[in-house]
Amino acid sequence: MMSADVSDRAVTAAASHEHESPFAGPDEAFEAAKQGMWIFLVTEVLMFGGLFVAYGIFRGLHADMFQEAHRYLAVSLGGTNTVVLILSSLTMALGVGATQRGQRDRALLFFGLTLLLASCFLLVKYFEYSHKFHEGLLPGGYFRNEHLKHPKAPLFFSLYFVMTGLHLVHVLVGMGLIAWLLKRTVARQFGPHYYTPVELVGFYWHFVDMVWIYLFPLLYLVG
Amino acid sequence: MEDNYLTHGKGLGSWLTTRDHKRIAVMYLFSVLTFFLLGGIFALLLRLELASPGKTIMNADTYNKVFTYHGAIMVFMVIIPAIPAVMGNFILPLMLGARDVAFPRLNLASYYIYLAGALVAASALFLRGADTGWTFYTPYSIRTNTTATIVLAGAFIMGFSSVLTGLNFIVSIHKLRAPGLSWSRLPLFLWSLYATSIIQVLATPVLAITLLLLIFERLFRTGIFDPALGGDPVLFQHFFWFYSHPAVYIMILPAMGVVSEVIPVFSRKPIFGYKAIAYSSFGIALVAFLVWGHHLFVSGQSELANFVFSLLTMLVAVPTGVKVFSWVATMYKGKIRLKTPMLYAFGFLQLFTIGGLTGVFLATLAINVHVTDTYFVVAHFHYVMVGGAIMSLMAGLHYWFPKFWGRMYPERSGRITFALLISGFNLTFFPQFILGSRGMPRRYWDYLPEFTVLNRVSTVGSWLLAAGFFYAAFYLYRAMRHGERAPANPWEANTLEWQTPSPPPHDNFPEIPVVTTWPYEYREKGFFPQGMVP
Repeated sequence: MMSADVSDRAVTAAASHEHESPFAGPDEAFEAAKQGMWIFLVTEVLMFGGLFVAYGIFRGLHADMFQEAHRYLAVSLGGTNTVVLILSSLTMALGVGATQRGQRDRALLFFGLTLLLASCFLLVKYFEYSHKFHEGLLPGGYFRNEHLKHPKAPLFFSLYFVMTGLHLVHVLVGMGLIAWLLKRTVARQFGPHYYTPVELVGFYWHFVDMVWIYLFPLLYLVG
Repeated sequence: MEDNYLTHGKGLGSWLTTRDHKRIAVMYLFSVLTFFLLGGIFALLLRLELASPGKTIMNADTYNKVFTYHGAIMVFMVIIPAIPAVMGNFILPLMLGARDVAFPRLNLASYYIYLAGALVAASALFLRGADTGWTFYTPYSIRTNTTATIVLAGAFIMGFSSVLTGLNFIVSIHKLRAPGLSWSRLPLFLWSLYATSIIQVLATPVLAITLLLLIFERLFRTGIFDPALGGDPVLFQHFFWFYSHPAVYIMILPAMGVVSEVIPVFSRKPIFGYKAIAYSSFGIALVAFLVWGHHLFVSGQSELANFVFSLLTMLVAVPTGVKVFSWVATMYKGKIRLKTPMLYAFGFLQLFTIGGLTGVFLATLAINVHVTDTYFVVAHFHYVMVGGAIMSLMAGLHYWFPKFWGRMYPERSGRITFALLISGFNLTFFPQFILGSRGMPRRYWDYLPEFTVLNRVSTVGSWLLAAGFFYAAFYLYRAMRHGERAPANPWEANTLEWQTPSPPPHDNFPEIPVVTTWPYEYREKGFFPQGMVP
């Protein structure tokens, strides 16, 4: 949102009776937008932080349960998704770089690839979740798997679904943002002189990737 | 007709789509006041019910809902946005010498997010309500068959508004200071808004995840806070207070900022201890994050944790004391002008000092165990939140009234209202200290007959408060429409918002001002505005 602010004003300031930009120039506006994004990411860290604290507390209380329950997650699928997301961070970074150098076609290619990799992530997650549903490996009160007997095991799946679910919501938001970048890149709205939204969506996407890099070992590899 | 922010653009549409921080502030003002009226009506109903033991006007279940509404509305919809989103939005860019906040469109989005969240939460009133108290303690909040989920969702949404406002303010203060406005020349109101914004940005996301987890408890039976499913209800209390204790400082820090502006202007003296006041705001913000455990002294927390949290809580008194000392020292030998804003600053000092000192009593473990969940606690936090935050809101509303509307409020009415509010407030809440120390529990619908007299006094006090607020609404609204025209700088103040016409033009300043001095240069030979508009 904040990024669009800057661009729209550049276009419409003269035409409408809105304020001229509060900033002295485009460089100041860019710096401010970046600072705003960093602060926003701090709030994201704190929001996920609550979940990591809950994870830490229950892991401390019931380490044996985590040991037992984590075997019911598919390490191969989680591992695949880790690779997929790290690759998507690479393509995102390449897309941002291409935009900064004014290579529009290259930027389109890399944003498209990023979107494709994100879709792979969703697909794998879909198979994982439906398997869990099928096996009755569900949160808290809905848990009904017969093999996993540890009395606290439902809590593990509560944490699993809440943590990966909130991450999934972030992936979806990120995909929406990348699609928006694609649309605006097609419309030739970015270039070496103006690429604030591209840079900021890049930040966001790397953050989403980073959260997964913590989630994967904590949930899948705890044993 | 002259061109100012009120006349620039006509019709409802130009207001609803505005990105002008001043108009957004005005929209926040009217929304906050509407919810203040609603929360106030619930407060009056509570006091009426407690006018005598047993049933007076409502049954116990309704009472539980009414105190939940009162608390949730006043905390989330009134006090948290009141000073930052109303006063901050209007004054911050002006004090910075800027044309707007850093992200004007995001600012408008914050307003709509606030409104959406508030309406979602308020819609529960027309469904099955909520009876959990504003603290939503588990496991009751998981089990209650009221529409608590809706209230939780509303509070969750409003949190984003608070975060985005904080973010906008931090970036604005970093990036939009006028030439010459170095950090050491920043008005203290901005220092306090900066500290407030840090808390908003760091604490609110933790509330968001806590409320989200509680919503999941109710919808998907996740069990993280539910002992019946292996979870831990005390973990909810830790999470909740990790936000909600710092939130208390979201309420009080900007209030302190307003007082820091009003006192030097009406004492005609440079502020005493500028740096001490500025840094102590950050001291309070820092300690704010380390004291949440004092809400859990009787929740089964370990004795060592209790001891540490007790000690840390007492530390809050240090930066707070530094501020109170500095304000009093500023007034010492000043040429005090007893205008309405200054009267409210006095009111703030009296009430906040009582509220703050009883906070130290409550931090003392042995006393806390005795008065936990009694009216002593209720009286304490009303002295801080109403006595501190609302008194300061009234100070700010009067101090900046000429700037908001370009008109003066009637001084005599202002003084009468102040007298009504300060006496009404003390009459309402002082008896509650006595009731609490004698053991009357909070949130109870009924009480023992020996508590009747003090409860009656408290109820009568609530009527005085209501009379004061209604009278204020009446004369302020009239003054807004028909008051005497205000000059640009009626108080002879130094900060930049007074160096532009009242009300300010759409772009705030004809030219961006250049700042040459700090804002508190009040001398016998006159005052020295911080900057001049070229």
